[in-house]
Amino acid sequence: MDNRRPSRTVSDPKVRQVGFVTPGAAPPARYLSEVPTTAAASSPPSGEPAPPAISISPVMIPPPRHSPSPSAPLAVPNPARRESLQIQVGGYNPPEVLLGSPPLTSPSSRMDDTVSQFSEDPSMSPCDGRSGAAKVAPSFPGSSGEMMVMKAGTVGGGSNTPKSSWTTASVAKTRPGIQEKEREAFVGTQNDGAGASKTLKEKTTKAERRALQEAQRAAKAAAKESGAGVKLSAAPGGAVPANTKQGKVVKSPAQKKDGPQVANPSVSSEKKVVDRPPEKDRKKDIPPPRMQFDDIHRVEKAKRRALVYQFEAKNRVELFRHLPQYIHGTQFPDLETKFFQLDPMHPSVYKVGLQYLSGNISGGNARCIAMFLAFREAIRDYSTPPEKALVRDLTAKISSYVSFLIECRPLSISMGNAIRFLKNRIAKLPDTMPESEVKSSLQSDIDRFINEKIVIADKVIIRHAVTKIRDGDVLLTYGSPCVVEMLLVYAHEVGKQFRVVIVDSRPKLEGQALLHRLVAKGISCTYTHVNAISYIMHEVTRVFLGAASVLSNGTVYSRVGTACVAMVANAFQVPVLICCEAYKFHERVQLDSICSNELGDPDVISKVPGRKDLNHLDNWADTENLQLLNLTSHLPVCQSSCENTAGRTYGFRGLLIPIANADPAETPQRSAKALSFKQDHRLQKNSGRVLQNCCPLEKGFLSVYVSSSFDTMVHRMSDPTLAF
Amino acid sequence: MARMDFEVVVLAGGTSRKLNPLVSQEVPKALLPVANRPVLSYVLELLEASNLKDLIVVVEGEDAALRIGGWISGAYVDRLHVEVAAVPEGVGTAGALRAVASYLTANDVLIVSGDLVTDVPPGAVAATHRRHSAVVTALLCPAPVSGPSDTGTSGGKEKAKKPVRCNIVGLDPTRQYLLHMATGAEVEKDIRVQKSILRAVGQIEIRVDLMDAHMYAFKRSVLQDILDQKDKFHSIRQDILPYLIRTQLNSEVSDNGVIKSESGMDNISSQNDLRWLSQHREIAPSAFQEPHAFGLKSLPDARRTHKCCVYIANESKYCARLNSIQAYSDINRDVVGEASHLSGYSFSAQNNIIHPSAELGSKTTVGPQCMLAEGSKLGDKCSVKRSVIGRHCRIGSNVKIVNSIVMNHVTIEDGCSIQGSVVCSNVQLQERVVLKDCQVGAGYVVTTGSEHKSESLARK
Repeated sequence: MDNRRPSRTVSDPKVRQVGFVTPGAAPPARYLSEVPTTAAASSPPSGEPAPPAISISPVMIPPPRHSPSPSAPLAVPNPARRESLQIQVGGYNPPEVLLGSPPLTSPSSRMDDTVSQFSEDPSMSPCDGRSGAAKVAPSFPGSSGEMMVMKAGTVGGGSNTPKSSWTTASVAKTRPGIQEKEREAFVGTQNDGAGASKTLKEKTTKAERRALQEAQRAAKAAAKESGAGVKLSAAPGGAVPANTKQGKVVKSPAQKKDGPQVANPSVSSEKKVVDRPPEKDRKKDIPPPRMQFDDIHRVEKAKRRALVYQFEAKNRVELFRHLPQYIHGTQFPDLETKFFQLDPMHPSVYKVGLQYLSGNISGGNARCIAMFLAFREAIRDYSTPPEKALVRDLTAKISSYVSFLIECRPLSISMGNAIRFLKNRIAKLPDTMPESEVKSSLQSDIDRFINEKIVIADKVIIRHAVTKIRDGDVLLTYGSPCVVEMLLVYAHEVGKQFRVVIVDSRPKLEGQALLHRLVAKGISCTYTHVNAISYIMHEVTRVFLGAASVLSNGTVYSRVGTACVAMVANAFQVPVLICCEAYKFHERVQLDSICSNELGDPDVISKVPGRKDLNHLDNWADTENLQLLNLTSHLPVCQSSCENTAGRTYGFRGLLIPIANADPAETPQRSAKALSFKQDHRLQKNSGRVLQNCCPLEKGFLSVYVSSSFDTMVHRMSDPTLAF
Repeated sequence: MARMDFEVVVLAGGTSRKLNPLVSQEVPKALLPVANRPVLSYVLELLEASNLKDLIVVVEGEDAALRIGGWISGAYVDRLHVEVAAVPEGVGTAGALRAVASYLTANDVLIVSGDLVTDVPPGAVAATHRRHSAVVTALLCPAPVSGPSDTGTSGGKEKAKKPVRCNIVGLDPTRQYLLHMATGAEVEKDIRVQKSILRAVGQIEIRVDLMDAHMYAFKRSVLQDILDQKDKFHSIRQDILPYLIRTQLNSEVSDNGVIKSESGMDNISSQNDLRWLSQHREIAPSAFQEPHAFGLKSLPDARRTHKCCVYIANESKYCARLNSIQAYSDINRDVVGEASHLSGYSFSAQNNIIHPSAELGSKTTVGPQCMLAEGSKLGDKCSVKRSVIGRHCRIGSNVKIVNSIVMNHVTIEDGCSIQGSVVCSNVQLQERVVLKDCQVGAGYVVTTGSEHKSESLARK
């Protein structure tokens, strides 16, 4: 489906044009012409075995075809409503007419909009594959819907309405786009082949170009497809062979066809397919939330822009393909070697990028401060190039820096906020201000931001949080949150009597450093790993956690494993307090930790420090069916009651959210996560020697394990003998 | 502004005693041909490939400086912007730096030895340096196995196979920091490691398989201070670097407040957080400001530490220094052989380079990993294996040249046999000379029928 998406976007505008133009051209031809063409075309193609003929035909035919197809729309005017959708489709691909002829499949459930519109169509016949296909190949239903659309389009011909309809029916639009390809595929399968192939060719060079791209993608997908492909073939029956044949013969379009078809079943769940298109449409109105890294097209685009060479990650975990994959191992040396070759980058920004990439700087505040200090230096050294406006040029510069940093490591939410702040300041600069003043004011803005939003905020948080610590308390913290560390140190200085339990987790084991520092201060500490948390929790009286972000629904976004700590605390009725600066708040609402997360180095979880004998996962990347997942963040605590608190406290510099009854609300969307959590719990009892005792829950199924460090490891075991 | 705030100094040296009789007044070390290209060109081209085009080349001796300057301006006109500085002979690397130190302005300085033949990108060293905000970063690479790679030679060569000079390098467990450095020559029986450093790090990894490639990145301000204050320091390798390593926990170099938040050599795992914490604290109000004790081990004031880092080159990279005769023939062999991408030539299908203007007699064979430069003539029934032959050489019939380097304008008469030797320019070998593991200085004449083994022949 990935393939499909890009193509659609490209095609959309064009389609429209064609649709409008065509009506004027040759309305009647559509139906009539199509039939003949199909017939003519079909004769060669119908004989499926003759690929070469087909291939030739599409190429040859296009010229004549063009004229008829455009005419068609006019010939058969249709209700405007349909037209809108159809136009797009029809316009896009004149040949679709042919498509219309085959029995139309019933609209798939996902296709709701399109379906509803087209349901009236008499032609709608249940698609062969429909029910069965739904599961196997999302594309199939789509294709059916498409076909319907096409038909309508042909019928509808050119109407004035289409434009408006277009804009309004965003969903519908997107769908057709997607389906269009599928439809093509469908056609191919159907054996209308001749017409189809021709039509495809007609699509013009653009199509070809697209096809070329897709062909490549398809090749990739093909590798995976094999299994799925078989299924597919089964569903459509005889159609498949034709399709494949076409693919070979007609280089561009056919391959395109193949690509999507193949890709769909194999790569993506149906759900994804459904979700995508609307998302894309929405994009026009709302800024896109995030790069989806399973969207091959966009990833490739990004790659071209990237300064840091983007490598393909191996063994990606299916469920998390949409996230930027962790590829530091290969990326880092590359970036290093290019040290002197990246021209536009300011050295300090480059340095920060390297530090992100190498992990030398981690933690929300640290990264944010480092970034801002680098920007400050960059601004200090900045001078407006001649004939450019400072505001624009500087904004562009900062943007390029930011995108470089993103390539090094995805931005944290706090950094996003900080960047927005900076850009805002730049945008609001008066034009008349001289450059030197601008620079100094921006630098002082940055200083102010760091000071007020981070340093003072921390101070306020600590002042406030100290009042929550009573003598004799046992405080638990997880990992090494800096604010909590400062809090503990401060409380100790103030003279509170308390004990600290530091809960840590592999692979980072940040808690060890915290332990060292606290012990050096003379604070009495207990250190344990997260798998023992249920044993240690009963002696704890307060839990202090840090956070990467607090979202507007009260969800706290933090380091992986925090959810676990919070939940256990909740089970033991221990109050949980989150220390988070207000600049980390974000208006986003996030219900699960799947759609947005960061992947860490999968290699580190295969190694257990101090246990060289545990080397069972040493060459895990060579095992095709094994994927390791190292998530770095979790949405640990979600409590609706937090919402107001967060909103209200936003005026303050910092926030301390008391979450007395932390309840990890499990919405249906989080089912996947819930599943993993349950298993975590189970595993935790075994005190997480995951590497040793992870064994497949169910053969051939996706099973999620959580290690002691709460790294989840997802692997698909097809081979039961592959035991750890 | 210098690129990425780095300036580059190439120390091209002068005439080296160790390389006698290969080097002479006419051919300073930097111009020794490696695969018929001056060795300095390898460094310059490496830097050029990294987009570093503003270079300072420091040469010992006015004469040598003139020659080198002349060659550079001829070969790299329009490509590089090179300033050649001459320093008196015998000032050492530190002295050479001292001479140019006042011209340096960028934040960091990359210092490269002119005799380095490598494909390790200098950017990697610079990036490591920058990333750690180190005071000095050294490039270490796996020590090359010296001696001819072909087996089955006489036992005498086995001796040569051990690493020429073993460096003893102490690293922290993450292999990012340089904690100890000594050359094999300085070590007799035992090495002494500073207790304070050991205590701070907890664990030192001692390596002997690494070679100091003499590519360093220095923080300029620190380097200048050291050069100013310690006027006894003679060499980077033996004075400055050990000094910096030794004092990294108790830094005497004034940082001028440039290095704000060095967390020093503490337990490295904690370092990441610490860096920012200290940064954070520095800006933070005094409540959080008191100096932080680092790690288990309480260190002296964190501000008085600096970092010495290393970049360890990948095994797959080629890295060698031309600092001995053995190394010279090794490098020549490698550049035409396994590290052929360095030579910049395109190899023929037979894996050798024969200039089209070279003339071969009948039944003459030139084996793989050979190089035959322009204008050279070989007589009949010659055999050349794993050797480099320079320009305009006249070689008679029935000559065998194996594992050798023959420079320009050499005359070799009939029936000679040359093995494992280096024959400098303008040498004349008369009939039936047999050379084995010899070096023949420029302009020397070897008389008819003489046999030499493991000798160094030069004009008095």
